[in-house]
Amino acid sequence: MKRLLSALGLRAPAPPAQSSGGRFGRGAEPPSEEPPPSEHVLEARGVVKEFGGLRAVDHVDFALRRGELRCLIGPNGAGKSTFFHLLAGTLKPTAGSIRFKGADITSLLPFQIARAGVGIKFQVPRVYDRLTVAENLWLSANFRHGRAGSAAVVERVLAEIRFADRRATLAAHLAHGDRQWVEIGMVLAADPELILLDEPTAGMTRAEARRTAELVRDINRRASLIVVEHDMDFVRELGAAVTVLHRGAVLAEGSIDQIRDNDAVRDVYLGKRHARG
Amino acid sequence: MTAARLAWAVAVLALAALPLVLSLFQVVRLTVFMIFCLLALSLDLIWGFGGILSFGQAAFFGVGGYAYGVAGINTGVTALALVAGAVAAAVLAALLGYFTFYGRVGAMYFAVITLTVTLILHQVIGSTADPRYAIGAARLGGYNGMTNIPSLALELPGRPPLLLDPVPLFYAVAALLVAILAAGAALVRSRFGRVLAAIREDEQRTELLGYDVRWRKLVVFVLSGAVAGLAGGLFAGWGNFINPQVFSLSQSALVVIWVMVGGRGTLYGAIAGAFAVQFLTSYLGAASVTYTSVALGLILIVIVLLFPRGLLPGVLAVARLLLPRPSPALPEES
Repeated sequence: MKRLLSALGLRAPAPPAQSSGGRFGRGAEPPSEEPPPSEHVLEARGVVKEFGGLRAVDHVDFALRRGELRCLIGPNGAGKSTFFHLLAGTLKPTAGSIRFKGADITSLLPFQIARAGVGIKFQVPRVYDRLTVAENLWLSANFRHGRAGSAAVVERVLAEIRFADRRATLAAHLAHGDRQWVEIGMVLAADPELILLDEPTAGMTRAEARRTAELVRDINRRASLIVVEHDMDFVRELGAAVTVLHRGAVLAEGSIDQIRDNDAVRDVYLGKRHARG
Repeated sequence: MTAARLAWAVAVLALAALPLVLSLFQVVRLTVFMIFCLLALSLDLIWGFGGILSFGQAAFFGVGGYAYGVAGINTGVTALALVAGAVAAAVLAALLGYFTFYGRVGAMYFAVITLTVTLILHQVIGSTADPRYAIGAARLGGYNGMTNIPSLALELPGRPPLLLDPVPLFYAVAALLVAILAAGAALVRSRFGRVLAAIREDEQRTELLGYDVRWRKLVVFVLSGAVAGLAGGLFAGWGNFINPQVFSLSQSALVVIWVMVGGRGTLYGAIAGAFAVQFLTSYLGAASVTYTSVALGLILIVIVLLFPRGLLPGVLAVARLLLPRPSPALPEES
């Protein structure tokens, strides 16, 4: 992991004014010096998303190594969720390209990206309210595993998210934190290679968040993950590398300690929070 | 489960016994009610289960009716004409559905587009009064309609066709209704049906699980169109006549009203709604109420206010309150 972090040039990122172009800069030459695509499960290059005049994602370059766990942090409006939507295909970038396992997925439809092996959990849990927990998981398992395999996968995931005793509960009757787990379970049931979790601990108690961190580390043994989180304790518990987004651009990348010591990051985001942690 | 089967058996037996106790006039009227039930069923498939409001069921019904007329007049084989009606409507639904679903047209625009297509058909078919507008021997007839459409008959090879009298026609339509209702219920319970329910609940979520929602919506829309076309064919054969009134705004709205009144998403509700509204309409007409449509409108408003989810779910909810224990015969919440 350390080797990778230094390989990605994590030390002392440039001040924000210059870093908005990311590592390749605005309209840079094709990044031919990059490592071969097989090393990276995900590569975003020069990704831009504009809504009218607003640039929500501004030339983001982002690479995730196979098997890596990365946290994406940044203040509200930094473009984290928009970036996730671009990765999942529910939004199309204005410019730039996204590659998954070396293949260009920029113009693929969301269901095609999901089939390729990308699973996403949204910021606000999106579960099927009028279906039970087990039915929610089945819908996800059914696609990948078919008629024969789905039942076993549902059982496995129920055990994994510790919902075996609540399999028949309607999703509408679950607490917010529980809905988060069910949606994480739905993602797991499809056995994706890359998992995107948008604020998985929102609405969870401290203990629940700790369990989620455990689960995420567990999942990381078989899949690459990007986790958007506001909760710095959670990020610390994951012990993962961190990418900081600010105003749609990558502000810094590094370990949590490197990020904590970064003045630019402290100014825009960590400031008071890091003082107590 | 067994109670549900029992309810089915009782309903089928009751349906079978009806022609024995009713007058011929009543049998003929019930037959057309059941044809409308099929039409309502077709809308519930796409609206209740697919979550897509289509104002175009009247268009498929009408196209099915005209196709039955054209094929029936030209070939004289009514079974073939009935198939032609269903296929013609299915083809129209496939064309319409392909461009709207694959073009990612929003739900509201879809409803408007389907209504527009229906009204365009009303205009186009209405302006075919000139005798040169004929397909083979079948004159379209403009607003006067297409006449001399053959009655439904049982054609066996090597025998003269056996014309279906009112009572056999009643049984034929009843059998089709029961068969299609059973097929619809099976479809809803199938894996395809469960994914369809997921699309209705949250389309984007379902897509992000890897499901291509476009062809699934297209399939259910085509099936729905085929059922509506079949109903249209039966209707044209029942009355030996069809005119562009089937494409009118009021007819398009009526289908939606049936399903709304009966309760969507249950299949049975659509049938109950079509039956209730049509019975009420003909009762009010017979009771020489001066303003039939005003009275009907008021009753519909009251029903929708009292039972926002529809008559059938509403009645079941009341029954659940009155009964000490919930009966297992009640259908699952869907």
